[in-house]
Amino acid sequence: MQSIIIDLFQKPGQYKKVAGFILVALLAAFPYIYFNNYYLHIAILVGIFVILSLSLNLITGFTGQLCLGHAAFYGVGAYVGALLMKNLQMNFFLALIVSFLVTGLFGLLLGIPTLRLRGDYLAIVTLGFGEIVRLVFINWEEVTNGPMGLRSIPAPSIMGFVLKERYMFYYLILIMVLLVLFLMNRLINSGFGMAMQTIKADEIAAESIGIYPVKYKLIAFILSSGLAGVAGCFYASYVSYISPTTFVYNTSVTILAMVVLGGLGSLAGSVIGAAVLTLIPEVLRFISDYRMLLFGALMVLMMIFKPEGFWGVSKRVKNIYKLKAGRRHHERDIKSQ
Amino acid sequence: MSEILRANNVSMVFGGLTAVDNISLAMEDNEILSLIGPNGAGKTTFFNMLTGVYKPTTGNIIFMDEDITHLKAHQRVAKGISRTFQNIRLFKDMTALENLMVAHPRCNQENLARVLLGGRKLKMQRQAIVEECEEILEIVGLKEKEGELATNLPYGKQRLLEIGRALATDPKLVLLDEPGAGMNSVEKEELTALIRHITEKMGKNVLLIEHDMKFVMGISDRILVLDHGELIANGVPREIQTNPQVIEAYLGKGMIDDEEE
Repeated sequence: MQSIIIDLFQKPGQYKKVAGFILVALLAAFPYIYFNNYYLHIAILVGIFVILSLSLNLITGFTGQLCLGHAAFYGVGAYVGALLMKNLQMNFFLALIVSFLVTGLFGLLLGIPTLRLRGDYLAIVTLGFGEIVRLVFINWEEVTNGPMGLRSIPAPSIMGFVLKERYMFYYLILIMVLLVLFLMNRLINSGFGMAMQTIKADEIAAESIGIYPVKYKLIAFILSSGLAGVAGCFYASYVSYISPTTFVYNTSVTILAMVVLGGLGSLAGSVIGAAVLTLIPEVLRFISDYRMLLFGALMVLMMIFKPEGFWGVSKRVKNIYKLKAGRRHHERDIKSQ
Repeated sequence: MSEILRANNVSMVFGGLTAVDNISLAMEDNEILSLIGPNGAGKTTFFNMLTGVYKPTTGNIIFMDEDITHLKAHQRVAKGISRTFQNIRLFKDMTALENLMVAHPRCNQENLARVLLGGRKLKMQRQAIVEECEEILEIVGLKEKEGELATNLPYGKQRLLEIGRALATDPKLVLLDEPGAGMNSVEKEELTALIRHITEKMGKNVLLIEHDMKFVMGISDRILVLDHGELIANGVPREIQTNPQVIEAYLGKGMIDDEEE
C-alpha cells in the first residue's frame, strides 16, 4: 500500500489520474452529501454551461474565430429536441442525436459565409445570426408557439424508466459532461486539434505546411454548434418549458465570458469558467440588487490581474501526443515481441 | 527526370504595378538555385506565386511535369513544395517539436473519427511521427530544444526551426526566403552545411532568396538575378559576379564613367 502511494507521487501523470478519479467520485457522491433540490439545480445548470463553454471554446479558443451567437445554437437544439420529444414522442437520446445533427447543419450554414471574415466582422455576423434565430423563435408561432414558448416537454426515459427526479438529471448531465470532456480531450490532443490551433495562430503559415483552413473552420463550427444543440436538447427536457427569452444575446455573451475567463484554448479553463460564472451570481444572492454590479467588478479585476484566464494555455500539456507514455508503451511492445 | 520546376512567362500585376514581369526559368533536379536582386525586385512575390499565396496574372508553373498554377497553397504542399518565410512565421505557442509535428502530413491529416476512437494503431502511428520529427530536429541541430516554445528560441534557431518545419512536410522542393537573415557568420556556416546536407543527403532541391553575397556565391550551383521584376541574369556564381548588368542593378549606372572623367 505504502509503495503504491509513493509510486503515485513520483509519477505526475498517475497523480493527475488519481486526482481526476477522486474528483469524479466526489461529483458522483454529491447528491448524497447535499441532497437539496436547489443545489442540484445549480449543479445541473453548471453542467449545461460546461458543455456550452466547451463547445464555444472549440470555435473561439482553439480555432480562433470569435462567435457572439452561441445561444442561437443552444436555442435551435432546445427547440428541435423539444418539438421532436413533444410532437413525435421521440426518445430523448434519439432526439439528442437529431438535435446534434440539425444544429450542426445550422453551424455549417453559418460557417460558410463567415469563412471570408475574421475578428470584428465575424463577430457582427454571428451576432446578427443570433438575433435572427431569436426572432424566428418569437414569430414562427405555428411551430415555436411564439413568446409563450413550448410547455410540458417530456422528461427522458430509458426503456420505460422515466427520469423524473432532479438527481437523475444530475447523473445524466454528469455522464454527458464527462463524455464530452473525454472526446474533446482526444480531439484537442491530436494532430487534428493541433491543425485547428495553427489556424488560430497564423493562417498563412498553416497553409504553407499543407493545412486547409476552410476544412478546420467548418468542422469546428459544425462540432461546436452540434454540441451546443445537445446542451439545448438536455435543457429543454430538464426544465420541460422553453421560451425565446432563454436564448438571447446575453446568454451568448455569458458563454463567451466563461470561455475567456476560464482560459481560451483550455478545456479545464472552460469547466472552471462555467462553474464560476454560474455559481457567483448564486453566491452573491444575499446582496440581491448589487450582485450583478459586483459580478461585473469581479470580471474586470480578473481581466486586469489574470488576463489569460483561470487556467490559460500556459498550463497546456506541452506534448500533445503524451510522448512519455507512448514511449514506454513502445518499449514494452518491443520487449514483448 | 532532370527538370523539377519550370515557370513559363510568369507575371504578377498588382493594380498598376508589375511586380514580376514575364519570368521564365527552369530548375534542374538536385541543384541549389539562388534568387538574388535588390530590395523590391520581386523575389518574394515570385516565391509567393510558386507556393500558391498569389495566383500569377499570366503564365504557368510546372512542378514535376504537372501544371500546378491553379492549385491552392495547401495542395502544393501535398505535391511536394514547402517554404520558409522572410519574417519568421512559426507557431509561437507551440514547442519546437510540435511545430514540426503539425507540419508532418500524417499528423495534420489525422482523421477525425480515428482521433475520437483512439486505439493502439493510432498510438503506434503517432510514435512514428514523433520519431521522424525528432530526426529532423537532430538534422537542424535543435534536438536539445525540442520541448522549448518556439517563441523562446533565439532568432537564428527560429530560422533553423522553420527550415525543419518545411522539411517535416516531406517536400521535394524547399523554398527558403532569406534563411540567413539575422544570423552571424558562425550560424551562416552552419546554415550552409545544413543546406548542403538537405540537398546531398536528403535528396531535396533548394531554391533560396538571399542578400548575403558571400553566402550565396558559396552555396549556389546557379544564380538568377531579378531587378524591377525582370530576370536580368542567369548563370553560375562566377558569371554573375562579373555580369555588368548585375553590377549596375546593385550599384547603379554611371559610376565608372564618373571615375574616368
